[in-house]
Amino acid sequence: MNQVYIDNSGASRGSLKSYVVGFILSIVLTVIPFALVMSGAFSRSAVMFGIFGAAIVQILVHLHYFLHLDTSSAMRWNVMALVFALLVIILFVGGTLWIMYHLHYRMMI
Amino acid sequence: MTADTSTIDSVHSAEFEHSDPLTNQAFGFWIYLMTDLVLFAAIFATFAVVGRNYAGGPTGKELFDLGYLFVETMVLLFSSATCGLAALALHNDRKAFVLMGLVLTFLLGFGFIGMEIYEFYHLVLDGNGPQRSAFLSAFFTLVGTHGSHVACGLIWIAVMVGQVAAKGLTASVRSRLMRLSMFWHFLDIVWIGVYTIVYLMGVI
Amino acid sequence: MFGKLSLAAIPFENPIIMGAVGGSILLAVVILALITYYRKWTYLWKEWLTSLDHKKIGIMYIVLALVMLLRGFSDAVLMRSQQALAAGVSQGFLPPGHFDQIFSAHGTIMIVFMAMPFLAGLINIVVPQQIGARDVAFPFLNAVSLWLTAAGALLVMVSLGVGEFSKAGWSGYAPLVERQYSPGTGVDYWMWAFQIAGIGSLMTSINFLVTILRMRAPGMTLMRMPMFVWTAFFTSVLMAFAFPVLTVALALLTLDRYLGMHFFSNALGGEIMMYINLFWIWGHPEVYIVILPAFGVFSEVVATFCGKRLFGYRSMVYATATIMVLSFSVWVHHFFTMGAGPDVNIFFGITTMLIAIPTGVKIFNWLFTMYRGRIRFTTPMYWTLGFIATFAVGGMAGVLLSLPPADYVLHNSLFLIAHFHTMLIPGSVFGFFAGYYYWFPKAIGFPLNEKLGKWAFWAWLIGFDLSFVPLYVLGLMGMPRRMEHYANPAWQPYLIIAAGGVAVILIGILLQLVQLAVSIKQRHATCDLTGDPWNGRTLEWATASPPAVYNFSQTPVVHDIDAFMDMKEKGIAYRQPGQYHDIHLPKNTAKGLINGALVFVFGFAMVWYIWWLAILSAVGILFTVIARASDDDTDYVVPAAEVERIESRRYRQLTTAAGSRPAGGQTTLQPSPAV
Repeated sequence: MNQVYIDNSGASRGSLKSYVVGFILSIVLTVIPFALVMSGAFSRSAVMFGIFGAAIVQILVHLHYFLHLDTSSAMRWNVMALVFALLVIILFVGGTLWIMYHLHYRMMI
Repeated sequence: MTADTSTIDSVHSAEFEHSDPLTNQAFGFWIYLMTDLVLFAAIFATFAVVGRNYAGGPTGKELFDLGYLFVETMVLLFSSATCGLAALALHNDRKAFVLMGLVLTFLLGFGFIGMEIYEFYHLVLDGNGPQRSAFLSAFFTLVGTHGSHVACGLIWIAVMVGQVAAKGLTASVRSRLMRLSMFWHFLDIVWIGVYTIVYLMGVI
Repeated sequence: MFGKLSLAAIPFENPIIMGAVGGSILLAVVILALITYYRKWTYLWKEWLTSLDHKKIGIMYIVLALVMLLRGFSDAVLMRSQQALAAGVSQGFLPPGHFDQIFSAHGTIMIVFMAMPFLAGLINIVVPQQIGARDVAFPFLNAVSLWLTAAGALLVMVSLGVGEFSKAGWSGYAPLVERQYSPGTGVDYWMWAFQIAGIGSLMTSINFLVTILRMRAPGMTLMRMPMFVWTAFFTSVLMAFAFPVLTVALALLTLDRYLGMHFFSNALGGEIMMYINLFWIWGHPEVYIVILPAFGVFSEVVATFCGKRLFGYRSMVYATATIMVLSFSVWVHHFFTMGAGPDVNIFFGITTMLIAIPTGVKIFNWLFTMYRGRIRFTTPMYWTLGFIATFAVGGMAGVLLSLPPADYVLHNSLFLIAHFHTMLIPGSVFGFFAGYYYWFPKAIGFPLNEKLGKWAFWAWLIGFDLSFVPLYVLGLMGMPRRMEHYANPAWQPYLIIAAGGVAVILIGILLQLVQLAVSIKQRHATCDLTGDPWNGRTLEWATASPPAVYNFSQTPVVHDIDAFMDMKEKGIAYRQPGQYHDIHLPKNTAKGLINGALVFVFGFAMVWYIWWLAILSAVGILFTVIARASDDDTDYVVPAAEVERIESRRYRQLTTAAGSRPAGGQTTLQPSPAV
């Protein structure tokens, strides 16, 4: 009976295994970017690629293993809300970077 | 004369999914988290725009201690894990373990905040407070906004410890705990963005 | 002890302000005295102030909006009068500092404290009923939002008599709003009022989103929702994703002003233009937030009063969805002239032009709905027709402005002012008024007087044209906005006409006040017995007027668009159910009101630098929230027997109404299958 509530409440079904997997992956994905930067042994672009890649993958790990986001029908509107939020964010953050770069260049402030 | 098709006698008819308040609460909270994501994105955007305006003051490379940051990050990540353990205990109706998980999460979260305050304190003491430059304003605000959210989470955890102890694992307590755990994991996700964009990129 | 606050904060030397403050206080005292005299305090507390009923909350929102409309309109009267007089040698009667506060207050009040509460009120009253629900998803949050909005409004009102208001416009551009250039309390009042109201709106949007997505009656798929619900949904999406950006813009400004940070300052690396960028990332979706519910009202009104289904339902949904998405991609058109250059400007110019297209689709759909309909020219229909005619012209002005080269000439001229007021008044305000007239009988139980309503409409329409058409001309002649005084005498005749226009609008407002009084007086004769005075098409007309506290005794089952008309046509509209059930509803609570009061105190304390009070009220807010979260006894039950009693009385009323059809008149009774 209680399971029904939990299952319907959005953040559901975690097993010990999934939390452990997510946790270990997160640690690895944290060590990698720190190592890349702190070692100083790689080119700037390689480091940038590495830290952003690790960040994105770790975020996905958190979303799936900790927040239980998946493609099930119970989660559909949650995923849609996230996708729309990301769309809006890309529009205004990307737009901001583009606009402010141009303003900075042209207005010299 | 057909059966009455314009109304339903049972509100829990199998033909449709009656929205129960607890599911609505979780979904509503998820939407709030999406708005919080937009909020953080706007602060990130601001950091991206003014984050290199050092105004002759110190840069990130000069200020950031990556080893310290790594420990901080691990503390927060571990607190996410203990939060997950509390959620598992909740599924299994283990009240004592829920409490233990919550307390551990609180302690780790408190540790994270403590480390952050220590970092801020020393920056301010050295004259590198948020008034020094736009970069530092943006740094303090972005990291500080995340920290304020964590602090609110700590208050929430404390309240939940009280509620679990006093009322046990009732339906509304469970619902609140699930929302709290969503919040806590969300904050760890935002932290990934913070340490990547503010600290690591600031040092490269 | 009191921070910066002292008696010197009260502008005793300013007669206009003292008159306004005195008048307001007198009015407040009269109202409080009347409530006391008629012994209505308990009623007010129990039925309204502590209510979590979406219908009551919606009505209170609209009351707030109408009161603030009067205040914002007074600002308009002052501005028009000043500008009609202050040509050449004459300085008018308002010094520049005062004039600046007036235009700043006018914009802030009209957008944040008139339009937003009005739409929140209409959506609150109508949407749960239209989807067959009993309340919104989070009734307590609903009350919190209402009282937060009221707290913000109160801050703006208090700023009139204690301290000053912002002189930096409703948009508050940096660096003028930085402490260096605006050291007084004005910007702080504006900032806190705006921020508080914004948080209220954000909460409201989450509430409406969950309500619409999860609480629809069985059978009501998304593509069977009433158009007003669709627009409420899209509006809520816009609110949820735009308001956080405003929160950030204002928060960063707060940090600059209070802690000396450098986000938008001139010195030490601040980026002034970033404020403007962030503000308009919110600001553009905001204008769509205030127009989409009006569009929703028009869709409902046109379908009902043309006696046919809305034309092109699907295309309406897609057009509105397109508007919603595109509205996040046009914001730079508010600052073409800031200097981003042709690449950026033309991109946003194109997106701005694009967004006119789905709006056009909607207008054509309304026109095609009217075509071959049996049109009933009721007051809501008048407002709709006035909208269609005028809004389209103002929209064309907008398309002109979307061309960056044209905008370089017209930016911040009266042409711009005329354009956006044409969007806001014939668009939003007429839409909200149409909704007000359309749903008044449902919410209150009796209709508003038709004749006075139509006169008021004509006064508003003619007044609007007289006020703003001259402004289009003046803009093309080169007159900038926000001018307290000007040298060019050629401008004055137009400004005098505009002042005349405002006087005509004033007549319209007075007619609306008289209408309210007359309608209340006539209520026993005109009362709506059936709940369906207009032969409506959607589910809200299936409830009583005003509805029972639970709206529907049984959740209806929906089979088609225009669910109620569908039921009437099938002869199943007023079937009594076989059995009644207990109904759970949220209990009243004072915590929403208390929270709002504490937030007001917090805002006031922050404005005046009374730190101990700010901390105390913040702690109080926290305790209120925790107290609510710890309260397990938040529902009450309406027993099945009570439900049956209420419903039986309704059915008796329906039978009486069917038996005694009045000749003509306003009410069209449809207790049996629709004709």
